[in-house]
Amino acid sequence: MLLCRVIPCLDVKDGRVVKGVRFVDLSDEGDPPELAARYAAAGADEICFLDISAAPEGRGTLLDVVERTASRVFVPLTVGGGVRSALEMRDVLRAGADKVAVNTAAVRDPALIATCARRFGSQCVVISVDVRARPGAPGSWEVVVQGGRTATGLDGLAWIERAVELGAGEVLLTSIDRDGTRQGFDIELLRAVTSRVHVPVIASGGAGSPADMAAAVTQGHADAVLAASIFHRDIHSIAAVKAEMAAAGVPVRITEATA
Amino acid sequence: MTAAIRVAVVDYGAGNLVSIRNALQLLGAQVHLATAAEDLVEADAILVPGVGASQPAMDRLHRQGLVDPIIERVRGGTWYLGICLGLQLLFERSHEDGAAMLGLLSGDVERIADAPSLPHIGWNRLEVRRPHPVLDGLEDGTPAYFVHSYVPVPADPSVVVAETEHGSRFASLVASDHIVGFQFHPERSGDDGLRMLANTLALIGGSIPDPAQAGQGRGAA
Repeated sequence: MLLCRVIPCLDVKDGRVVKGVRFVDLSDEGDPPELAARYAAAGADEICFLDISAAPEGRGTLLDVVERTASRVFVPLTVGGGVRSALEMRDVLRAGADKVAVNTAAVRDPALIATCARRFGSQCVVISVDVRARPGAPGSWEVVVQGGRTATGLDGLAWIERAVELGAGEVLLTSIDRDGTRQGFDIELLRAVTSRVHVPVIASGGAGSPADMAAAVTQGHADAVLAASIFHRDIHSIAAVKAEMAAAGVPVRITEATA
Repeated sequence: MTAAIRVAVVDYGAGNLVSIRNALQLLGAQVHLATAAEDLVEADAILVPGVGASQPAMDRLHRQGLVDPIIERVRGGTWYLGICLGLQLLFERSHEDGAAMLGLLSGDVERIADAPSLPHIGWNRLEVRRPHPVLDGLEDGTPAYFVHSYVPVPADPSVVVAETEHGSRFASLVASDHIVGFQFHPERSGDDGLRMLANTLALIGGSIPDPAQAGQGRGAA
């Protein structure tokens, strides 16, 4: 039986981790490989880098970050943010990433998913989808792109089903309504998606407590939970999250660090 | 001081070599990439990584003139380490595409039966079937990271060291003499995976003659 994954997500800009990372005893707290290694040692089942560099120079730096991370972190590495072509995906995979998440570029050109799945295998291709609840339309969500800034008019559930048909091997599902709020995951959204697709779904957006993360799995049927701020700010440890999940009957990987 | 184990990582365009090379180097092995038969000569172990389908992989190995040299060297005592597809290639025939493979172990490669989802991607447990040095220091049920849809079905069940359940049970770690095959990715399985690789290198180190006694320097690291 597959174990449920706990995935810390790091926002990387121009080769440095941005967004409030506060490990007190870490001298170079902005170095992505350093933080990734730290999380891996703490029991992370996978690491996610989200590149938010705007300029092309920043993207070159990302490859260096991925390479340096792959030389010292021996859990799966997922990289997302701004990947626009199969060539760019190839470069990120060659640098040592295991999976690449595509978002805005796939909405603009859905064929990108099929092309990448054919060339690299579905297991490498994660469709990252940011959605917002449609006001006054319960059970309906709209896809937003460009980091949540631009509405597309696309129906979230239909888009996810299409992306999986095109070959995406995993769904990284972010509720923009919950993102950063620490109010818990949107369970209704998770259930709607996990009941429609047969590929793993990673819950993202709203993690505030270990109980929220357990609920994403027990109630939302997520295969993995992703969080940023609660880990970065040391509000909750990966060990605490896994302990809570295990207590709720969710199978998790317990390592020495999390035991 | 012991000499570093020389591992030839076979580079045949079937997947990412970065992680496994990094992991072996971290553990003190002397790693070189092998693209042709002559690259296998100076190796204590031949490591075949890989993801994807069997037939294209075998085609590439044939094109690079590696198939017969790998078989001969392993029959001659060089260690074979197979990861994922590299494990599957050890067997005779793949039911995925009918590929005739290396045949160093008898049995076929089949799709995971009754799998709730395919590919089987993620962390799953190793259920130990018999003790083996590769698992020294690791508990029964240790999780490992998998990415695959097909699995080996060994004709000789005694080669199975561990099994894993995903709808049905399949061989996830096999070993026979100087052959070790991982259906999972030890280089992506955290500290436990690194430990298995370190155990494997130690096993290889214990099996090759001490360079001082053998009277031939092997370039101690």
